[in-house]
Amino acid sequence: MSADVAPEVSVPDVIAGVEPVQSVRTPIRLDYTYVPGRSLTAYLKAMKDKRILGGVCPETGQVAVPPRGVSPLAGKVTEELVEVADHGHIMSFCVTHIPLPGREDLKPPFVAAWVRPEGASIGFIGLITGIEPDECRIGMRVRAVWKPDEELEESAENIPSWEPTGEPDVPENEVRV
Amino acid sequence: MADELLSAPMTIEYPFTRTTGPVIGAFLTGLREGVVLGIKRADGSVVCPPTEYDPETGDALTEMVELTDTGHVMSWTWSGEVREHQPFDRPYALALIQIDGADTAMLHGVDVDGPEAMSTGMRVKARWRSEREGHIRDIACFEPEVTP
Repeated sequence: MSADVAPEVSVPDVIAGVEPVQSVRTPIRLDYTYVPGRSLTAYLKAMKDKRILGGVCPETGQVAVPPRGVSPLAGKVTEELVEVADHGHIMSFCVTHIPLPGREDLKPPFVAAWVRPEGASIGFIGLITGIEPDECRIGMRVRAVWKPDEELEESAENIPSWEPTGEPDVPENEVRV
Repeated sequence: MADELLSAPMTIEYPFTRTTGPVIGAFLTGLREGVVLGIKRADGSVVCPPTEYDPETGDALTEMVELTDTGHVMSWTWSGEVREHQPFDRPYALALIQIDGADTAMLHGVDVDGPEAMSTGMRVKARWRSEREGHIRDIACFEPEVTP
């Protein structure tokens, strides 16, 4: 390190000849209990039956998925839940070229996309599989790849990924509504 | 809604590794070797645990000095509720300990039976771990100094 950045530090003889410590592990960990609330509880329970629920805004009629109990735009409580399709289209996507710690099953490059299921007004995030990353495009129609029935749980992980349906793309002017 | 709410255990964890730099690194090297180091300010007073900068003027500090592993309790609080990831599996005192020869205090645990065994000004001595790696926990805790 150059002298004008940090001056030399002098150490007592007792540690002068030994291998210096240069790093320290400082892990941070938080264990907690997550309670998803009424709307997300209903959403997760429906997931077990391979159904995707959205919350209907009483003011605008927009359907938010997943339902979080309040509409994102009007800020109204969403009492009504509706089922949306398990197919839709890609609103935007990102190709990731670096591995994700803790997700060794994802081999880069992989595609994370904002998928809008039919019947929903907004999208949510999902993995895109069954296609080369450079073939992925906005407006592409995709359908949910569900886990095998015997592995279904009350979990969003029931849809590990989405894959292209092969149908014609959603027209550009309808991709974002 | 009469339906029972879901709940699930969650854990969030970040496996940080922090680079220590020449001053904190020397302090941790000292702990691994079983000695406590401080750093000297321009007026001759000693900061322990050492800082890279003078806490008042911000000037760079460079002269590390060897101290003892004894000191006294400047202030303390009783930690009566046992939680995970604490230094002890039993209640203990969390104390600001001024190492002999230092002018500032370090935070560490003191292993005593109960709060009645604690007092401000009491003499304490470090209890070292037998296997040390260059971490503040190389000092397992402090304990009341036994005077011969």
